[in-house]
Amino acid sequence: MMSETQDKEGGVSRRDFLTLSAFAAAIAAGLGVLAGVIRYFRADVRYEESRSFKIGKPENFPVGSVKKLDDKKVFIFSDENGFYAISSVCTHLGCVVYSTETGFQCPCHGSKFNITGKVVGGPAPRGLPWFEITQDVDGSLVVDASREVPPGTKIRYA
Amino acid sequence: MNDNGQSGLARLTDNLKAIGNTFVGSVFRNGPPTSDKTRAAAIYNNFFMHIQGVKTHINTLRPTYTLGLGLMSFFLFLAVVATGVFLMVYYNPSVENAFKSVKNINFVVFGGKVMRNMHKWAGEGMIIFVLLHMARVFFTGSYKNGREFNWVIGIVLLILVYVLNLTGYLLPWDQLSYWALVIVANIMQSPKELTDSLNITRFFDVGTLSTEFFLAGLVPGKEALNRVYMFHVMVLPMVIYVFIGIHFWRIRKDGGMTKPEVFTAQESDSGYVFPPQKTGGIFPTYKTYGLMELAQGKTPAVDRDVENTVMSWPNLLVAELAVLMFTLAVALVYSYYVDAPLKELANPLIPENPAKAPWYFLGLQELLSYSAFMGGVGLPSLALLGLVLIPYLDRELYNVGIWFTDKQGRNVSLEAFVISVIVIIGMLIFAVKFGWLRNWFPDIPQIIITFVNPGSIWVGFVILWSLHVIKRTGSTRLGAMAMFVMFLVSYVILTYFATELRGPNWEFYWSKDQWPIH
Repeated sequence: MMSETQDKEGGVSRRDFLTLSAFAAAIAAGLGVLAGVIRYFRADVRYEESRSFKIGKPENFPVGSVKKLDDKKVFIFSDENGFYAISSVCTHLGCVVYSTETGFQCPCHGSKFNITGKVVGGPAPRGLPWFEITQDVDGSLVVDASREVPPGTKIRYA
Repeated sequence: MNDNGQSGLARLTDNLKAIGNTFVGSVFRNGPPTSDKTRAAAIYNNFFMHIQGVKTHINTLRPTYTLGLGLMSFFLFLAVVATGVFLMVYYNPSVENAFKSVKNINFVVFGGKVMRNMHKWAGEGMIIFVLLHMARVFFTGSYKNGREFNWVIGIVLLILVYVLNLTGYLLPWDQLSYWALVIVANIMQSPKELTDSLNITRFFDVGTLSTEFFLAGLVPGKEALNRVYMFHVMVLPMVIYVFIGIHFWRIRKDGGMTKPEVFTAQESDSGYVFPPQKTGGIFPTYKTYGLMELAQGKTPAVDRDVENTVMSWPNLLVAELAVLMFTLAVALVYSYYVDAPLKELANPLIPENPAKAPWYFLGLQELLSYSAFMGGVGLPSLALLGLVLIPYLDRELYNVGIWFTDKQGRNVSLEAFVISVIVIIGMLIFAVKFGWLRNWFPDIPQIIITFVNPGSIWVGFVILWSLHVIKRTGSTRLGAMAMFVMFLVSYVILTYFATELRGPNWEFYWSKDQWPIH
């Protein structure tokens, strides 16, 4: 009877409305909890080394030199146009690449990169990233591995 | 008070004398299983036994039907749980101490090495036996006729077994653990391959989100080890207990194992069925008694083929005990003689070359070497989806409970076997000899390689071939069989290929002797 009269008015019955609202509230609460759980698992304190680090004075990197900083997983190049830093972490699955005559080679799945870090073979989805180099007030160079710069960006510091 | 004039103390003494009998009698309230009635009660009145039916069909007892594979997986699981508790006594999930504590277990702790070996081998054994059990269920058509969802639960259990094995080998914090964790982290990051290509990473970075969920950061470290440990010893085991419970419970509710529509007991069946002992009891042979008789619907095997059922006690229990003893004996002997690997302490600076996952993931690693996203996320998801869908896409009820259905089924399976062996090996030879797209077109966009690589082409071929079989034979069951055979064959061949024939830099070598020496 009730629903008939409701149908005539073209609305939703009060009972249906309350039921739907309850379900909607439950779903919204569930999603909220889920978001909270995911956020909870995202650690705020990280026991990782800072991704920005000092590498020493510019004069330690004479023009034409290549230094591999093993623990920082980065290659520091220096040529007549300036300094640049290329990551030594393969973009495929995170193995550490080693430098060859023609560029870089990954031992895990055979990805090959040319001298500028561009992929030339293997499964790596993208090239080795270049990292930003800045100079600190004390004159040391600072590499920030969390900031990528376009390949070819070389900076001269004295 | 007292009926027969005994003093209270005398009664107490009598009760004390009888305590052996009264106590056992209070635990097993039905008395010794000497009649069919008490044998039935021994099953349905016992908490641990009542997961099984009072009577069992002879077909279930035939060793050639089930091969005991599911039971073997379960008994291996029990061994894993038991040994796992022992390992937790000494293991310490911290980056500083994990490796030391595993070395302690391996080389100092009394019995520690066998414990660890058993944990490792029983865990890996579960992978083999769960896969074999799945193959048995598939080829006997046992995913049909009300058992569709239990097949899906079986797939969930398969995934859980893989994830438990994976999280397990991350714990010793040796070179394998560390670099496996790096690879896992990067596989979880690999949806970036896709989101980068579509330019939506900024809004929807699902790769980074999931990596941070499991590893508490992007680089494997102490927090990651802590989390992996928690998943391995608590969260995943709790989940798998529940799913194993549902899996078994549904078998029981579905009326036990599948069996052929027409069943004839054979002379050879007397080898594992005890002759019926008709000593007392109220059970005639042509009737089963149990809750099943009250059930409605078509799922339970109510009143069907009762003349071919025998008492579960002792027939089924003896068979189960035999499988238990066999499984534990083999696992123990194997663990006594073969040591679980332990590499050197994790070194984040030097990846192993080649960095290989344990054997059961090497098939995937071969696919990973074509594309991280396709091999690590896309194709495994597709394969699992295909397995889950099988019982819903193939609903033919013809010859359920018969290995390979019929002669045509055997032929289609054999044909799929031969074709997949040829195509997979051909594909691997091609990829090794000629390379792939990027070797020919260095500037090709990543998204093309993500979607067009040997792995995805193979999966596409499997789908097309199965459709072709369905079209040719008019049977979805035969199409499913072709697909399943091809899935198994590719798993085995890719695993073998990556285990034995891939060397440093993931290059092809006929044998380890040819590996370059550093």
